[in-house]
Amino acid sequence: MSYDLKEVCKDIRCDIMTCIGHLGVGHIGGCLSVVEALAVLYFKEMNIDPKNPKMEGRDRFICSKGHAGPAVYATLANRGYFDKKELLTLNQGGTNLPSHCDMNRTVGIDMTTGSLGQGFSCAVGVALGSKLEKDGATIYAMIGDGESQEGQIWEAAMFAAAKKLDNLIAFTDYNKQQIDGTVAEVNDIAPLAEKWAAFGWNVIDVEDGNDIEQVEKAVEHAKLGRDSGKPTMIILNTLKGCGVKWIEDLGSGNHNCPVSEEQAEAAIREIRGED
Amino acid sequence: MEMRAVYAACLAELMEKDKHVVVLDADLGKASGTLGLRAKFPEQSFDCGVAEQDMASIAAGLSSYGFKPWIESFTPFATRRICDQVAISIVYAKRNVKIVGTDPGIAAELNGGTHMSMEDIGVMRSIPGIVIFEPVDEVQLRAAMPVLNDYDGPVYVRLFRKELPKVFEEGYKFDLFKADTIKEGKDLTIFVSGMLTADVVTAAKQLAEEGVDAEIVNVHTIKPIDRETVVASARKTGTVLTVENHNVIGGLQSAVLEALAEEKIPVVAVGVQDRFGEVGKLPYLREVTGLTVENIIAGAKKALSLK
Repeated sequence: MSYDLKEVCKDIRCDIMTCIGHLGVGHIGGCLSVVEALAVLYFKEMNIDPKNPKMEGRDRFICSKGHAGPAVYATLANRGYFDKKELLTLNQGGTNLPSHCDMNRTVGIDMTTGSLGQGFSCAVGVALGSKLEKDGATIYAMIGDGESQEGQIWEAAMFAAAKKLDNLIAFTDYNKQQIDGTVAEVNDIAPLAEKWAAFGWNVIDVEDGNDIEQVEKAVEHAKLGRDSGKPTMIILNTLKGCGVKWIEDLGSGNHNCPVSEEQAEAAIREIRGED
Repeated sequence: MEMRAVYAACLAELMEKDKHVVVLDADLGKASGTLGLRAKFPEQSFDCGVAEQDMASIAAGLSSYGFKPWIESFTPFATRRICDQVAISIVYAKRNVKIVGTDPGIAAELNGGTHMSMEDIGVMRSIPGIVIFEPVDEVQLRAAMPVLNDYDGPVYVRLFRKELPKVFEEGYKFDLFKADTIKEGKDLTIFVSGMLTADVVTAAKQLAEEGVDAEIVNVHTIKPIDRETVVASARKTGTVLTVENHNVIGGLQSAVLEALAEEKIPVVAVGVQDRFGEVGKLPYLREVTGLTVENIIAGAKKALSLK
């Protein structure tokens, strides 16, 4: 079955707005910036079965920037892992959808993440596990650009290359913003592509990581590296808050900010092109 | 036999039986005695290099794929250095990872203060749900290894690397959650774990010559502590001494005090008095930290005087 990925992105963005707007606050910027990557993975590339979420040999996605949990939940709900109504429980006491991803609470989540840097090493461990089991799975991971300031990211990068984990395809959500300001101001990670190449990874630099065709092409290209002996990093140059003008304009202020239900409704009209 | 050799031999047996048992080192395979496993089990034994944080989270990832990882480093680097990775990647995420810290407390000897954890039990004990085990001798370690491997959850193992005097007899039956009463007595209870257990046995013999009948309870599992045994023994004898190769804050004494919080029973501690370690050989380090047989006897007498 093939999906209209542009429409899927709109659906995911609207559901992110709905659940964060319902709650009144959330990590909106870094959720909206990763939507295209999630749509391509869950609606096109990954070998998964929402009706059998623990299927052996399935491809896995580990969202190391765990604060993008709401974006992953919106994606999983749209893909049929659970009822969309559950999205409204985001961050409410007793919910199965906590702010940061939790493999023990949420159907379809493959790893508990949130303490930055750790999820990426976990993904490397998962990729090693898949290699040992020889099950042919592809392991995908998403890290943040601010997260890339964590030393553990580079420990994991070194290990993945040294162990030739070419079943690992990672993304950097390079939206250039973090909590205290721009990444360049706070503690610059540039030149990013050169760093990953120097660590022994295939690197694909995507000019616009919020352009669905460019992301699709990048993942297809990355999959060709399956027997290259190298893991692949896809650098997605994205816009934090992408899809909702006033959130985009907040810049680093959109990392974790208040969103009213009215603002969410207006944003949904904007995303749907109804304004 | 050295404890690390027993540890590695037990691991080899477990790896032979189950290809999902894997070992991860952080450039201390030689020190931990596990380097030899690499040749025999190339698909079950990995070196992460000097990257303990990465090692801990990789193990969590492997665990999510059905593997049963054992990770190793010196105690400070297996605990305080990777506290967050242990807490979040492993314990919070409910991953089945065994964390082995070698050369606890003064056992780090010539590596000195930087490598000498006086706080590792305290660090790990405050993480919800983790199990903490410290073997006394090779007999207990050998009995414990398959049990630890089968236990589906995170365990911190505090492992002395070199040879230790045997306290337990062959045929010893091990229960992970049950403290072992090594010697029954009526005058006081001495709770002890790990390398100092043999010293407590020696001290108890000397105390016996002076007419003091000490009960010795080996608390091999410091968390969850066997509250039932601890409380019953303390009630029976009416006074307590704890003996530990660890800071008296956060370790065995703290665990025993928590278990006895509702009892009106005095507790005296022989342990490291809230200080860092320093370089030296064991006899010197025992003297400067007070972990001597003489001090254990003095502590026992103090406990008796408070009865």
